[in-house]
Amino acid sequence: MQQVDGSLDTLPKFLIHNAKVIGARPAMRHKDLGIWHTWTWAQMLEEVRAFSIGLADLGLKRGDKFTIIGSNRPRLYWAMCAGQALGAVPVPVYADAVADEMAFVLGHAEVTLAVVEDQEQVDKVIAMAERLPRLGRLVYDEQRGLKDYDHSRLIPFVEVQAIGRKRLAGDAGCLARWEAGVAEGKGSDLSVILYTSGTTGRSKGVMLTNDNTIISARNANAFDRLDQDEEVIAYLPMAWVGDYEFSFVQAYVAGYCVNCPEAPDTVVQDRREIGTTYAFAPPRVYENILTLTTVRMADAGAFKRKAFDFFIGVARRWGEKILDGEKVPLAARLLYAIGRFFVYEPVKNQFGLSRIRLAYTAGEAIGPEIFRFWRAMGINLKQLYGQTEASVYVTAQPDGEIYADTVGTPSPDVEIKISDKGEVLFRSPGVFVGYYKDPEKTAEVRTPDGWVHTGDAGFLDTKTGQLKIIDRAKDVGRLKDGTLFAPKYIENKLKFYPNIREAVAVGADRDFVCVMINIDQTAVGSWAERNDVVYASYQELAGNPRVYDIIANHVDEVNRSLSEEEVMAGAQIKRFLVLHKELDPDDGELTRTQKLRRGHIIDRYSPLVEALYNGSSTAQITTEVTFEDGHKGVIAARVAIRDMKTYPVRAAEMVRAA
Amino acid sequence: MRAPSSGDAALSEVLLAVEEVSLSFGGVRALTGVSFDIRKGEIRAIIGPNGAGKTSMLNVVNGFYQPQSGRITFKGKVRTSMRPYAAAAGGIARTFQNLALFRGMTTLDNILAGRALKMHRGFFWQLIRQGPALAEEVEHRRRVEEIIDFLEIAAIRKIPVGRLPYGLQKRVELGRALAMEPDLLLLDEPMAGMNLEEKEDMSRFIIDVNQQYGTTIALIEHDMGVVMDLSDRVVVLDYGRKIADSTPDEVRKDENVIRAYLGQPHGVSA
Repeated sequence: MQQVDGSLDTLPKFLIHNAKVIGARPAMRHKDLGIWHTWTWAQMLEEVRAFSIGLADLGLKRGDKFTIIGSNRPRLYWAMCAGQALGAVPVPVYADAVADEMAFVLGHAEVTLAVVEDQEQVDKVIAMAERLPRLGRLVYDEQRGLKDYDHSRLIPFVEVQAIGRKRLAGDAGCLARWEAGVAEGKGSDLSVILYTSGTTGRSKGVMLTNDNTIISARNANAFDRLDQDEEVIAYLPMAWVGDYEFSFVQAYVAGYCVNCPEAPDTVVQDRREIGTTYAFAPPRVYENILTLTTVRMADAGAFKRKAFDFFIGVARRWGEKILDGEKVPLAARLLYAIGRFFVYEPVKNQFGLSRIRLAYTAGEAIGPEIFRFWRAMGINLKQLYGQTEASVYVTAQPDGEIYADTVGTPSPDVEIKISDKGEVLFRSPGVFVGYYKDPEKTAEVRTPDGWVHTGDAGFLDTKTGQLKIIDRAKDVGRLKDGTLFAPKYIENKLKFYPNIREAVAVGADRDFVCVMINIDQTAVGSWAERNDVVYASYQELAGNPRVYDIIANHVDEVNRSLSEEEVMAGAQIKRFLVLHKELDPDDGELTRTQKLRRGHIIDRYSPLVEALYNGSSTAQITTEVTFEDGHKGVIAARVAIRDMKTYPVRAAEMVRAA
Repeated sequence: MRAPSSGDAALSEVLLAVEEVSLSFGGVRALTGVSFDIRKGEIRAIIGPNGAGKTSMLNVVNGFYQPQSGRITFKGKVRTSMRPYAAAAGGIARTFQNLALFRGMTTLDNILAGRALKMHRGFFWQLIRQGPALAEEVEHRRRVEEIIDFLEIAAIRKIPVGRLPYGLQKRVELGRALAMEPDLLLLDEPMAGMNLEEKEDMSRFIIDVNQQYGTTIALIEHDMGVVMDLSDRVVVLDYGRKIADSTPDEVRKDENVIRAYLGQPHGVSA
């Protein structure tokens, strides 16, 4: 492992350092036209430097903001570092954002230059160019389809590099000047502005310095002993702080290799080819893989299915104990070993997880059953709690202290406290400088002595000493009778079922709890196929009475499990419905990181919510939908509502009996 | 939708012309004295009600059927009929109404099969897989990978096509036809059985093929919206005869075409 070197306080400095010290080791890979291409640290320095000098030639200078739009490609990562070498600040944005959202961010950040992936993004930026008077040149990576465009403004990535290389070759002082520019960079300089998708209102630009991100990365690497031998795959949005830290800053600091997939939909195959050792993903990804496995097994032959179910049972019973080094009978170990050979390893290999040393889930609470499943399979899956405002890390679970319902102990150098209202606050070297051009919001979130309000309600678990997050602080409410109502807690219980993709719980200041459910089209569709249920659309499938029966079973099981927990037992689900359309970020129902925007959903589907509480058995609704290009359509539906049985509070009874 | 329209197509040279082609199976007349041409670089649609002779026409063009009379001129060479092999070697590729893929083979292998005519090394060379044979194979693979990238099917590269949904199989078939680097691409109902989204994808690929590779395209299609959006010129067949041949806009207004599609009893007007 590298020595901590205080003079390394910016990423371009790390790049030069790595090129010198581990120059021949792989820094990045990218699969293109079916072939993995590798760049060593030395080669990457050459690429970044050429681009950086080319950018300077295009007029990018210290303090300028420039944007990165596209999926995870080496050149886009290089562009971030290349700009930072000049003292400019990258503002990566979500590539799938609708035009309006993107125009707001680019305008607010006052970007002067854009580096984008391909024609799709070029079109988007050109369309909003009138609203962005400061925006100058537009650099693109993928040439396809752009041949006939007006190139007065556009310039290909390789051409910018060619300009840089020509400067370097023609002028002996060029290299020294560039390196002097890098040396001018300081730890306290802005490293990046990341716009958070925010569960309410317009996005806010979180300003992070080099110190913020690099110290956090150093701590994280030390905490999990990450070194230059790690292989990771970069597939999460580049505008997300998780990707920025994990696929960029931590990689530069530790010197490990980042692999870029061929296309967004080839990640699973690409991961299988690389065999990543370290992974970082929102719960959704683990859920999807599990759903996919369950669905495929349901289609397998009877023998395979039985064997799978049996060994998964073995794993659920013993796997976690073996992983945590507890005492386990020899027979169980033997069974587990057989299961590993025939089931666990093949399943893991299918998803490229054979070499995985460590995997994190973060961004949102993971269903305990999903979490346990992966741990039972022998994957060291851990929880992490973080925020953009913290340069990711607030808490993380140390090896061997893993619980399904906690998010870990404070990360190195992080302090935590809980406010009187139950909100979690933290203070750390990763704490952001402020929201860009928004001192008011900054003051709301960060106290003068450096504590940051997370907006999450939680408590420190006395048994484990780890932090537990219940819900968003503003979302935790009470029913009319005063019973505690934590919507996310109920939703997560529902989302464990592969058939349920999303759930929205309603109940604050009402008499009882109701939920609106999104079915998972893959899982339910596969069930429909096997059971000769004919459907033409998502809407039709969602409205099918037999699908309702399945969901009703799940809701019933959730009620039963809620009844076992004294605090939550009063919040059992009385009525539910299945939504006629999938919740979608384009309609503002989910954030870009796929989190529910509950308030907005409840407003939007208010006729349905009303029907849930006035006792009717169906409800009519008309919903406006927005397509990716911004134009709008309308869908109408009649949605059925089901009543559910609730269970007496079992936990309470036991207390009374005792 | 399409900017480059019949204006420039009218100026460019004729790639393929059929003149007075007639085809019959026993007593059934499939085509009667049909003439039209396809100009270099255009997208040419062939439309008509069911049984109008559209697929027969494509089969005549690529040598699958031998017409009883008439002439076909392709790249300036006149013949009374074509052989499928000669058509393929001459630069005519096609896709089929009911997919004709190797279902047990992967996407990659299916598309690679489209390169068969371009393989110059003999059987033994390919077995040895050394030197020039290897170089040739690498080159073919590169071309195939470009097509995979172009059609955005990297995720299914190694999946046997039999397991793919219909819309993707159609895309693989288009890929295989493209692998031949054709001068003329014949598409027999490329959108049949697709949902709206798949149709939009396929339309985009057809336009991209036409614009980027400069491939001339003749397509049969039932979806009028697609035909009107995509094509530069449309020829309309009914009961084996040509009843109209013009731009999409004019064809749409044509009395004969409207009558053919509304299904007036045949022979009454004659």
